[in-house]
Amino acid sequence: MTDTATNFLSQLLSRYRKESCLAIVLLFVAFWTIFFSRDTEANGFIQSLIDSRFLSARNLENLARQIGMYGIFTLGMGLVIITGGIDLSVGSLMALFGSIFFYSLTGAHGWIPAMPWSVAIVALMLVAVVIGAFHGWLVAKIRLPAFVVTLCGLLGYRGLAQTITHDTSIGYFDSKFSVAGLESLLTGKLFGLPAAFIAFLLFSALMDYVLHLSVFGRYLLALGRNEQAARYSGINTVLVMAFAYVACTVLAAVAALFFCLYTSDVVPSMHGNFFELYAIAGAVLGGCSLRGGEGTVVGMIIGTTVLLILQNMVNLLGYDSSFGKVITAIVILGAALVDRFEIWKLVYRRGS
Amino acid sequence: MLQLKNISKSFGVVQALSDVDFEIAAGEVVGLIGENGAGKSTLMKILGGVHEPSSGEIFIDGEAVTIHDAKAAERLGISFVHQELNLLDNLDVAGNIFLGREPRRFGCIATKQLHDMARPLLEKLGLRIEPHTALASLSNGQKQLVEISKALSMDARLLILDEPTSSLTLQETDTLLALVKKLREQGISIIFITHRLAEVEQVADRVVALRDGELAGELEGEEIHRDRMISMMIGRELKEVYPENEPSLGNVVLDVKNFSTTRWPHGDTSFQIRAGEILGMAGLVGAGRSEMAQALFGVDPSPSGTLSVNGAPLKRGQVRDAIAHGVFLAPEDRKASGLVLEMTICENMTLNSMSRFSNRGRINPSRERSQTAQWLKEFGVKAPNVEHTAGNLSGGNQQKVVLAKWMTLAPKVMIFDEPTRGIDMGARHEIYQAMVELARKGCAILMISSDMEELLGMSHRIAVMCEGHLTGTLEKNEFSEEAIMNLAVQIHQNVPA
Repeated sequence: MTDTATNFLSQLLSRYRKESCLAIVLLFVAFWTIFFSRDTEANGFIQSLIDSRFLSARNLENLARQIGMYGIFTLGMGLVIITGGIDLSVGSLMALFGSIFFYSLTGAHGWIPAMPWSVAIVALMLVAVVIGAFHGWLVAKIRLPAFVVTLCGLLGYRGLAQTITHDTSIGYFDSKFSVAGLESLLTGKLFGLPAAFIAFLLFSALMDYVLHLSVFGRYLLALGRNEQAARYSGINTVLVMAFAYVACTVLAAVAALFFCLYTSDVVPSMHGNFFELYAIAGAVLGGCSLRGGEGTVVGMIIGTTVLLILQNMVNLLGYDSSFGKVITAIVILGAALVDRFEIWKLVYRRGS
Repeated sequence: MLQLKNISKSFGVVQALSDVDFEIAAGEVVGLIGENGAGKSTLMKILGGVHEPSSGEIFIDGEAVTIHDAKAAERLGISFVHQELNLLDNLDVAGNIFLGREPRRFGCIATKQLHDMARPLLEKLGLRIEPHTALASLSNGQKQLVEISKALSMDARLLILDEPTSSLTLQETDTLLALVKKLREQGISIIFITHRLAEVEQVADRVVALRDGELAGELEGEEIHRDRMISMMIGRELKEVYPENEPSLGNVVLDVKNFSTTRWPHGDTSFQIRAGEILGMAGLVGAGRSEMAQALFGVDPSPSGTLSVNGAPLKRGQVRDAIAHGVFLAPEDRKASGLVLEMTICENMTLNSMSRFSNRGRINPSRERSQTAQWLKEFGVKAPNVEHTAGNLSGGNQQKVVLAKWMTLAPKVMIFDEPTRGIDMGARHEIYQAMVELARKGCAILMISSDMEELLGMSHRIAVMCEGHLTGTLEKNEFSEEAIMNLAVQIHQNVPA
């Protein structure tokens, strides 16, 4: 029994060597935050930690919601990075998707009719598929650099969102149909966990299956490592690569739903600013290589979590938020250095 | 002027050069010939300071020298004009000639002075172009001459021309050969490396042939003759590595008609292969053989032609259509196109046949592993386990994985592109046996190879390509290395200029 357990553990460690190294960073950051936000008036040291502001129900719930929202689009980014590409348009798409979605609830805009929220979600997903397919076509078939294509997206989609909204913030309170169901779906809780977090777990499980157990995932990893060899093996590399962009855009649309209901209004010039960079940071922190062909879902989950706990720490401990950015930068740079010199190999050499 | 004594060079276990002596006098033109892999490039790279010899000495004007890097070679007056031109398209002619040595004024390039310096050099070569002409607007031949003027501007005493005419038209070639003669009169020594023996006949005072890293012979003056050069370059006995291989021919399986490739759009290749037949395909590097293989397999588009398998026509440029009809390619470059080096052996083996190891898109890892383990045993791949990373295997074992990946899928037409390049004799023998076995099962085999022995030892017929065209097909009773070389250097007469 213990034998199988240790065996399983060492297998897990050897498969996720990089990730477990990052998990140590995660624990360190979390403990740091707990320690410095401890309740100094509590009885005894342990109790003071348990009563810390970090571990308060409200903070944890908020953190889980954030991790859920950021995690969903980080998964999509990870998929694109695994193909050796990048998607810089995610943040701008969040603004565009948010605006379109609210308009389709309220019907306040000329050419977007009011519709029930379920229909609006389906419509939004269709728009996302079309945009993602467009990116995928340009990158995989026409062979434009992903950086250029999505950089144009970064500029273009935010500009488009600002244009159709006349650069004013929009809400959904005068929607034509009842939105109670929508609100409970996107901002409600299940088993005490925020819906966004539950959705993130579901998408993670799905992605993990796709990436590590499905034929499609195998093709994706193969083409990320060596596209030519993949082509010589008869893989339709264009289709596989394009699909990664579709998945990324659709996941961005899902995250956009959670995010726009969370903020309850969309300010097109600000909404989702820099989100693409957080997604890239989370994926890279989690062990995705920008050279392609490398990355695990577990890594992306841990990467996103580290990023958001860092942010949470800065808020809770009252550090200057500007300085918080510096801390985040140092952690990411440190992770990149660890990766570059394969320090995780030293740590777990005995274990494997 | 230059003397090389007992030069040897080994890369790991591969002996690229052994005990080669070479000398050249001032104002002499020496033709250096040999098959691919004979050691010509290695010898010249030693002169150019790219490699250092494992043993041996280099003398210049009787003084022993060592050449550590390209700069050192330059100082000794050795200049290298490469097959791939080392020029910058975005500069003008003068800027290219004096790159890195531009005359300066106030920290800026003194353009006028630069152009004045370039003009006499260009005139010396009889090049009627202005120094400020953009390089991009020149033809390949003119670029080659600019490269030579660059070498002369560094006061080169020894000029090494590596396949200088491979991308030139006939007139440009004539100009270049005339220039070589002119430079000889000025006392410059020239080593002329080429596959085109006719050019060697025209300009060389002496010819040195290399074979398998050893000196194969020398010819001087009147002795320089095409047939003698060919027999020096080849001419050795076939060793006992090729298995018994009596053909039992069936119907025509692969039928290729008027096929061309993107690299040679005017090519017009037609051939047939029957079941159980091994068709060897010979030619010099750059003759268009690999391009042909890639076009047949569909990884490259092809502008024209038809191909059919057992009478069923295939769509051009569709890999998956080719695979569905049982046409497979084991590519030439196993690291770039044959394997995903970072993935495991198992993942590589099954990448082209996932449907056999999956159920509704879900991979069955245990089936995949047990099948791969069995294949590794069958093909004698030496690896600790199927989860071993493919990139950590030896070259021979990597190649076996590439071949096994396709040969286990019951091919109808199997194309091998350089199946044994860089592989030791033991592994070679095993690969040959697997190929013969495959032919016995009725597979039609196309084997592209630059290895004469291999072509003669394995093929039932040999097709020879030159510059994108099939220049001839030899039946078994016509096989000889001379016959192949004759066809391989025969420039196709019907090419539209």
